[in-house]
Amino acid sequence: MSINVLMPALSPTMEQGKLAKWLKKEGDKIKSGDVIAEIETDKATMEVEAVDEGVLAKIIIPDGTEQVAVNTPIAIIAEDGEDVSAIASAGTAAPAAAPTPAAATAPASAPAAIPVASAPAPAPVVATGGARVFSSPLARRLAKEGGLDLTAIKGTGPHGRIIERDVKAAIAAGPQAKAAPAPAAAPAAAPAPVSAAAAGLAVGMSDETIKKFFPAGSYEEVPHDSMRKTIARRLVEAKQTIPHFYLTVDCELDALLALREQVNATAPKDKDGKPAFKVSVNDFIIKGLALALIQVPDANVTWTEGAMLRHKHADVGVAVSIPGGLITPIIRSADTKSLSAISNEMKDYAARAKGRKLKPEEYQGGTSAVSNLGMFGIKNFQAVINPPHATILAIGAGEQRVIVKNGAPAVATLMTVTLSTDHRAVDGVLGAQLIGAFKSLIENPMAMLV
Amino acid sequence: MAAAYDVLIIGGGPGGYVTAIRSAQLGFKTAVVEREHLGGICLNWGCIPTKALLRSAEIYHYLQHPKDYGLIVEGKIGVDPAAVVKRSRGVSAQLNGGVGFLLKKNKVDVIWGEATITKVGEVSVTATKKSIMQPQNPVPKGILGEGTYQAKHIVVATGARPRILPGIEPDGKNIWTYFEAMVPESFPKSLIVMGSGAIGIEFASFYHTMGAEVTVVEVLPQIMPVEDPEIAGLARKQFEKQGIKIRTGTKVTKVEKTASGLTATLEDSKGATSTLSAEKLISAVGVTGNIENIGLEKLGVKTERGIVVVDGFGRTNVAGIYAIGDVAGPPMLAHKAEHEGVICVEAIKGLHPHPMDKSMIPGCTYCQPQVASVGLTEEKAKAAGYEIKVGRFPFVGNGKAIALGEPDGLIKTIFDAKTGKLIGAHMIGAEVTELIQGFVIAMNLETTEEELIHTVFPHPTLSEMMHESVLDAYGRVIHM
Repeated sequence: MSINVLMPALSPTMEQGKLAKWLKKEGDKIKSGDVIAEIETDKATMEVEAVDEGVLAKIIIPDGTEQVAVNTPIAIIAEDGEDVSAIASAGTAAPAAAPTPAAATAPASAPAAIPVASAPAPAPVVATGGARVFSSPLARRLAKEGGLDLTAIKGTGPHGRIIERDVKAAIAAGPQAKAAPAPAAAPAAAPAPVSAAAAGLAVGMSDETIKKFFPAGSYEEVPHDSMRKTIARRLVEAKQTIPHFYLTVDCELDALLALREQVNATAPKDKDGKPAFKVSVNDFIIKGLALALIQVPDANVTWTEGAMLRHKHADVGVAVSIPGGLITPIIRSADTKSLSAISNEMKDYAARAKGRKLKPEEYQGGTSAVSNLGMFGIKNFQAVINPPHATILAIGAGEQRVIVKNGAPAVATLMTVTLSTDHRAVDGVLGAQLIGAFKSLIENPMAMLV
Repeated sequence: MAAAYDVLIIGGGPGGYVTAIRSAQLGFKTAVVEREHLGGICLNWGCIPTKALLRSAEIYHYLQHPKDYGLIVEGKIGVDPAAVVKRSRGVSAQLNGGVGFLLKKNKVDVIWGEATITKVGEVSVTATKKSIMQPQNPVPKGILGEGTYQAKHIVVATGARPRILPGIEPDGKNIWTYFEAMVPESFPKSLIVMGSGAIGIEFASFYHTMGAEVTVVEVLPQIMPVEDPEIAGLARKQFEKQGIKIRTGTKVTKVEKTASGLTATLEDSKGATSTLSAEKLISAVGVTGNIENIGLEKLGVKTERGIVVVDGFGRTNVAGIYAIGDVAGPPMLAHKAEHEGVICVEAIKGLHPHPMDKSMIPGCTYCQPQVASVGLTEEKAKAAGYEIKVGRFPFVGNGKAIALGEPDGLIKTIFDAKTGKLIGAHMIGAEVTELIQGFVIAMNLETTEEELIHTVFPHPTLSEMMHESVLDAYGRVIHM
């Protein structure tokens, strides 16, 4: 019996991905556990392991195919003793429904039809590419009541059918799985004016309109990778759904810089003289933000339509720039971790982020984030909130400035930070309390060590 | 050293043989070890032969009431107990042979004898020591015998046996279990049935129809304790109307043999005692898993209160050893065992089946009137914190029921008021054991009231009452 290898879902919310690369050829022998292909998801490249044994009889979806829906057959494995060539030839005809590379430039998706309350029966739910999304009646009702878009939910029922448990899991997973605004349903490469208009949002210019501004041949078109598309989708979503406001303060860094030197001087060294840790200013900032969130618990929240999620720990995301984009790994429960632990975790994250090897659970979620452009001499900027966070702290450069102290000019090292805040979740005074707590911790950094 | 199997199943009951066939379909080299009879208790001493007995009772009942249907039956109407039992044994024999055929067809080896797991991956089979219940069908041809067998995966499907109350041990003469009650030499004139679960109630119903004076003694305050209280209450009313005596909240504390049979001492919930004499007593106080003498203790397989502890895929705490069916815990029903077996071997194959969902296992009792149910009772739904909508529709409002002369019965549906999810269905009345599956499918497909309301039910059928019950839950009932 031949076995279909299906496009795996690498995270609970993954609906499609790019089949980046096959690591096995047709005819190769495969053992359970062999890495057979690489798949590029939203922000990471993941390896697909074989579950079954046999011979890779047929590759259905070739290298480089984008927007391969979860559970699409991507290859056929023949079990021992099966006629590989028969499967291979049969296989070519069978998966007519499977996307081919040409399908990557498919037309914009129709908006997900969310049945209106008075409709006698649920309207059919339309998915990307116009295919029917199979779901149970109960799943459709729960999704409607929870305000979820079924197209954003991965089904775990028979043949990938969306069932009650999938919708419940999506609701439990929090707002990132919530009904994305209409543009999110469309591939970023092909904006869908219809769907955006349907959601009552401003519509950007179409690709054709934009291209007309530039003479043909005066530019080259670089196709978006899935990270670029995700960044575009998520940030448009953030700016269109989150009412941002911004609070800026200056923090004196001198005490922190002095403490950092002392802390690093105490790091135990191994036999090669390499210290066990080297804490950076950014590590202090992560820890400071985490503690500030715990000190001002009303600001350590996430907005949902139904309720405010008040978090028990501060999970702090840290924006890491990587070639072609950025990613925000999360330091979980940063409030409970030592500076050295945070420092070492960040080094590991940064290294793996550059190889796009982070796992979805390492960069999804979180309650707030830090974005630091200080090393580029940026004095001050405003960051875009990354849902489900309620805040993000933008860090400027630490620099010596002349300030007025006790009525006289004095020189101090200052760092300007700006907190972007989701006004639905955190009001002005609360935001001021949070950034005030942060400033106090940075200026009295011993408090972070105890 | 004999052949090495991928999957070896200990026990050829409904769980075991279905597991074996599915295993063979998946391409595994498969064997079943059976010590007594293919098809197990279900086929030889349980579900199937009792249905044959109850069919005789049902027809006898109709023959006694010909005028209800405008018919005249003249002459003597009687019962030939030996022929009734013979028919029942014949039905079992036919199906027993059928199981042997199916196993052979699927190239499953049958090993005859008693199995002990000597270590992970190895089973030793010795000749059957258990005294065999008679009558038995002949041992199938082409079987393997005593020896040591290797198997990568060993599935324990040894089933269950009647639970015995100390002091009221069955003697096979006056105190019966279902074994003796299935093959009586003559039908008793009076009978005490201890326990009112499916087994007890079915025998009470059968022997009552066959002319015995029957008293059912149940220790709990409700007969058919797993059923919805409203349904159980209606069943009790029907039984009492027919003439079956029912003593709930009462236990049998002592049984003494007398010249004409036995005298049982009963004690009610207030502590008052009384005595009751009868020719026979059937002990039907539940079943207990067969976990002994198969090597589980030595291997450290975790058991708890007489059953093997497993996960949703039948896996025990010891890798390579699995358990399914009655021996893996309640509900102890053949169809649950079959499904668990299928899930178990599919998981071994790596097919990622979904774990057993025990909230959607239907239960059927073939007394007169029949009782069938799936999901939560009204009480349990409330206790689980559901805000519920309950629909009811009585048989008296259904054209087909009236035409059949079966106006007594009720179909009850329970929905989660918040989501419209069907969380329970409970039925009493003619043919409800054939109706319940409609709701079981609905639950498995996660239908809400909306789809059930939009479904067209054929007229005239009893199934229309299922529709009406759903309509009633949402204040839209038509024929009431």
